[in-house]
Amino acid sequence: MIREPLIFEISNEGKSAFSLPNIDVPVKEDILKNLPVRKEIAGFPQVSEPELVRHFTRLSKTNYCVDEGFYPLGSCTMKYNPKVNEKIANNHKFLSSHPFSPIDLVQGNLEILKMTEELLVEITGMDAFTLQPSAGAQGELVGMMLIRALLEEKGDPRKIVLIPDSAHGTNPSSAHICGYKVQEVKSNKSGTVDLANLLNAMKEDVAALMITNPNTLGVFEFDIKKIAEIVHAKGGFIYMDGANMNALIGNCRPGDMDVDVIHLNLHKTFSTPHGGGGPGSGPVGVKKELIPYLPVPLVEKGEKGYFLDFDRPKSIGRIRSFYGNFQVVVKALAYVLSLGHEGMKEVSEIAVLNSNYIRKCLEEDFHLEYKTPTLHECVFSDKFQKVHGITNLDIAKRLIDYGVHPPTMSFPLIVHGALMVEPTETESKRDLDIFIDAMKKIAQEAKTNPNVLKGAPHETYVRRLDEIGAARNQVLKWEGTAAQNEKD
Amino acid sequence: MYPDNFYYTKDHEWVRIEGDKGTIGITDFAQKQLGDVVYVELPAVGTNLEFHQTIGVVESVKAVSDVYSPVSGEVVAVNTELNDSPELLNEDPHGKGWMIQIKIRDDSELQKLMTVEEYEKFLEGLEE
Repeated sequence: MIREPLIFEISNEGKSAFSLPNIDVPVKEDILKNLPVRKEIAGFPQVSEPELVRHFTRLSKTNYCVDEGFYPLGSCTMKYNPKVNEKIANNHKFLSSHPFSPIDLVQGNLEILKMTEELLVEITGMDAFTLQPSAGAQGELVGMMLIRALLEEKGDPRKIVLIPDSAHGTNPSSAHICGYKVQEVKSNKSGTVDLANLLNAMKEDVAALMITNPNTLGVFEFDIKKIAEIVHAKGGFIYMDGANMNALIGNCRPGDMDVDVIHLNLHKTFSTPHGGGGPGSGPVGVKKELIPYLPVPLVEKGEKGYFLDFDRPKSIGRIRSFYGNFQVVVKALAYVLSLGHEGMKEVSEIAVLNSNYIRKCLEEDFHLEYKTPTLHECVFSDKFQKVHGITNLDIAKRLIDYGVHPPTMSFPLIVHGALMVEPTETESKRDLDIFIDAMKKIAQEAKTNPNVLKGAPHETYVRRLDEIGAARNQVLKWEGTAAQNEKD
Repeated sequence: MYPDNFYYTKDHEWVRIEGDKGTIGITDFAQKQLGDVVYVELPAVGTNLEFHQTIGVVESVKAVSDVYSPVSGEVVAVNTELNDSPELLNEDPHGKGWMIQIKIRDDSELQKLMTVEEYEKFLEGLEE
């Protein structure tokens, strides 16, 4: 196979993929004349339309996506994205509404936002939601800012945020950006928060505990109410990372577990596209006490219909342009309404069933560091394969040869050589069996032919990439060909 | 394997004492757990460090980890070679991969650290 060149490498001076018609109205004057406008843009690739289309089409064929196959990326909930959601979000009425439209003309859009907020309130058991945050990490930051705002008003924002070692990797960073010092809480042998450790760590300078439930081992924190009691007793708050909400949805509610703040990922649990296919959306839900601090504006209903409420003096302010990623919200709403109450329950039930099917089928082939029952994901390790010199990286790379996207690797950190598998509810038994079969073959290959794993992937457009070299010597922009540079 | 004139921590840092100065790095066990190191963040010379305060960050292809100061004191030198050659942490963690040098404020803190025998025993416990 020939390596696809960069678009810069196929560029030729003077080529263009478009042609503008001549101006057929009189030119009054060059209105840009006195502005610092660049005369030319150096270094842009110049290609014809067919070259452009073929280049990107060829690149797209080397991609892998959730429309193509199994994508068991743990704690990322890479579920199938129903096409009906796209169809609804692409309705021309949504496409042609503008964020600066007068409020009277976008009553329907505001109703959609309000309705989604109310449904998320019902699903989570919280008291109110903001739909503004662009994705999960921004949701986390907003959640921590809300807690900080309330504590500041009480006179002391406090200094520390506690985070279990099984929590999501973004949590420490969000707490840190919000001005808190992060303190880790060690898990116990069953992979859950150790209450004695928590009691010890929970002092009056702790603002909040950021907990992921179920945690990144897929284990449900059964002591969540006791945990909340310990934290609340010292005036702290419970922040729940809702990234693993797919394990709970329809069956239990964080609000009932005494959680004070939660973020959801519409692009995970609510089936909107994810990663490069996003954008995401990370709504934040709060209990009553924190409502006054929510970002402005909030959608409210008055006598004359829906309006955007900016008159919220205690608000932390605006955290996102306009009203978040509106069309992502439309897709999530379509998803919730198409499933209904019963469908929503089934989502988490089948997600948990699928994960446990995989766990049971593979538990003899791959080591399970924690034997505690798990919900929607399970974490294997490379311990059995290590004796043959095979690591989780080799297993992940070999999976690509079998047509499967590798699971999340080397996380959570409490499991060495981790492989975190989350199948979601959208995989059929047939697809799960293809994955299980591939994993069993790999376990066998590790014993009989480890070199085939060391050299994997073999069936792909590019072989194993030099990840270390790429991280150590980062080339982040096009530097020009030798010939071009010489000319300059 | 582990030098017998170093002191060690449970977080796998080492400190080597010369007069009132201590040179600090991470242990061979730590670099093996991290895998190939791709980036090292170090404090500025003159920074005052408390006991167990974060002195910097080590990033590998697998994980990002904080490194904690085994003793308190003022940073008097940092190993700037690690900026361009982070692989020194993998290749020679107890030598050329040193991270910072500190002027020790209170050498009674050394009693809280492990000797090489204690550290090796501690590692056996981890590798069960």
